[in-house]
Amino acid sequence: MFTESIPFLQVVVPILPEIGLLILLLTVLLVDLFTRLVRKRTLGVVTGVGMIVIMLANLFVGFSLVNDASYAGTALGGMIRYDMLALMFRTMVLIAGALTAFISIDTPVVGKQGEYFGILTVATMGLSLMSAAADLMMVFLAVETASISLYILAGFLRDSKLSTEAGLKYYLFGAATAGLFLYGLSLLFGFTGETNIYNLAAPLGEMFAGDDTGAFAVAVALLLLLVGFGFKVAAVPFHFWTPDVYQGAPTSTTAFISTASKAASFALLVRVFDAVWPVEVAVYWTGLLAAMAVITMTLGNLLAIVQKNIKRMLAYSSIAQAGYTLIGVVALTETDLGTAAVAFYMFMYVLTNIAAFTVISVISNTTGTDEIADFAGLSRRSFPLTLAMILALLSLSGVPPLAGFFGKFFLFAAAVDAGYTWLAIIGVLNAIVALYYYLTVVKVMFVDPNEDTRPLVITPAFAAVLWISGVGILLMGVIAAPWWNWALNAAQSITAMAP
Amino acid sequence: MTVTTIIFAVMAIFTLGGGLGVVASRNLFHAALYLVLSLFGIAGLFILLEAPFLAAVQVLVYVGAIAVLITITIMVTRRLMGPVESLNRQWPVAAVAAALVMATLGFVLVNQFSGISTAPDVPADGLTLLGAAFVDPAGFLLPFEVASVLLLAALIGAIVVARD
Repeated sequence: MFTESIPFLQVVVPILPEIGLLILLLTVLLVDLFTRLVRKRTLGVVTGVGMIVIMLANLFVGFSLVNDASYAGTALGGMIRYDMLALMFRTMVLIAGALTAFISIDTPVVGKQGEYFGILTVATMGLSLMSAAADLMMVFLAVETASISLYILAGFLRDSKLSTEAGLKYYLFGAATAGLFLYGLSLLFGFTGETNIYNLAAPLGEMFAGDDTGAFAVAVALLLLLVGFGFKVAAVPFHFWTPDVYQGAPTSTTAFISTASKAASFALLVRVFDAVWPVEVAVYWTGLLAAMAVITMTLGNLLAIVQKNIKRMLAYSSIAQAGYTLIGVVALTETDLGTAAVAFYMFMYVLTNIAAFTVISVISNTTGTDEIADFAGLSRRSFPLTLAMILALLSLSGVPPLAGFFGKFFLFAAAVDAGYTWLAIIGVLNAIVALYYYLTVVKVMFVDPNEDTRPLVITPAFAAVLWISGVGILLMGVIAAPWWNWALNAAQSITAMAP
Repeated sequence: MTVTTIIFAVMAIFTLGGGLGVVASRNLFHAALYLVLSLFGIAGLFILLEAPFLAAVQVLVYVGAIAVLITITIMVTRRLMGPVESLNRQWPVAAVAAALVMATLGFVLVNQFSGISTAPDVPADGLTLLGAAFVDPAGFLLPFEVASVLLLAALIGAIVVARD
């Protein structure tokens, strides 16, 4: 049955980031064992630099081999798919992981714990696998590897009630939705006898066209999948965990959950629905997703307005951003632009949100809280922080010429191209509402008085993250074309090659 | 009614009744014992499906190791031994939601799978094939290894959460 052997390189190349991350995990645990408490900063540096090296190596190998016929397509017995989309999202996940490691260095408590960096590495590995998974079994394992690590990272501050609550709440919601998700996966396997997602569309389409009970069964299975994905990307009505987890978790964890986890989940969502959805189902499906997108962005934006805590505000903002991104998922059945817009949007979102959470980390290190009021008078206290926060907030709200503007532009363009002009209009209206609460923070930074004169310390690690993400936000905005072409390549790659 | 049907009925009652006991029991310790019963029923179902290896693993790992761990954890944790309130005011809503999910899934299962009455053939050397598939790059090598990393992370996480 399994007699033919695969050449060594064809086993290693498609899982290069995972192999790298496993080596990094063991290295971090060893470094932790042999360093004294005063030198624990090494841990974060090793983790962050390691992830950047892995990302660059994977990019280098990827760009030379991803179109090579002997590597491209499904690999390792169909478990994962090696294509441009996987390469692009793995790059995002590794960037987010590396920047999170740098932020963690100067985050209280977690920065001195080897276990934190170890579990961060495993979470990154799970998310990297999610970006490439092509088999129902691999999909579930990748999601769980990422999720279980993230529950631990969220509840890492055991002395903080909020953090413990965040970890427990995230875990309970995650366990319930994982159960439903797994039920959906098992139904798909039961209907078709296949686990590879690229073999599912044809039998499911037959079932759907067959009779009413068959169509109902397919709809139920796919709805169950949607529960799992909705939870992972924080879309309404599966968003309830988001504000509490974002607020309670250590800020570095929040940065990671809001960026890497969301990006990888969208990669998986796009890949699974593009492959699994038979054409017959797509019509009903896009209607449901469009409704979800509208409710998600509207509710997220409206609830963000009333928040006093900056992490809660960004949590609702992140729900709204998931809503915008869902527009791209709606469009993808009609046009490749949809997938490309999702990929571009997530790339810019990773850089932008990391920048915002870095500024929050610096300020809360001094004040000990995360209120929006802490930002009062920031413009007179620290110019670099103000600049970085303005870049992040304007990019989130989609002001040109920053990356966020092109992100939204491509999403709405994809919607119009796919015939969902009304969805694009609702998106634009929502972006205007969102501008209000993002600019409120800018107003607080410039106008509100503040007696607090304690110095805000931007450590080298924070500075590095701010530089990388800030330059990234500007680059993706001013020179958007190369990134957009990359995203287009990625979008075409999921359908181009034979699985 | 064949012997197989009777055994299936008994095992199904163990599994479902045990599951019901887990959620309905007010004493956490009793719930743990019901869980053992439920897991044991699943092992019986594996035997009926001609998967004796999985049944053995089910008994060794779940009934043996995990149930014992849960029991010990309950015994050494203060304030968990006595009866606890297992229902809150939202239980009617939860019951309706659960009933709806069950009705939907039941409808799907009955409609899609009721025609199937025989288990598919299991190869005689199934265990050998299983072992080979776990270490074959074209088989299940990747999920097998990823599961190990997942367990390692969970292990580290458990230590982080539990240590003083």
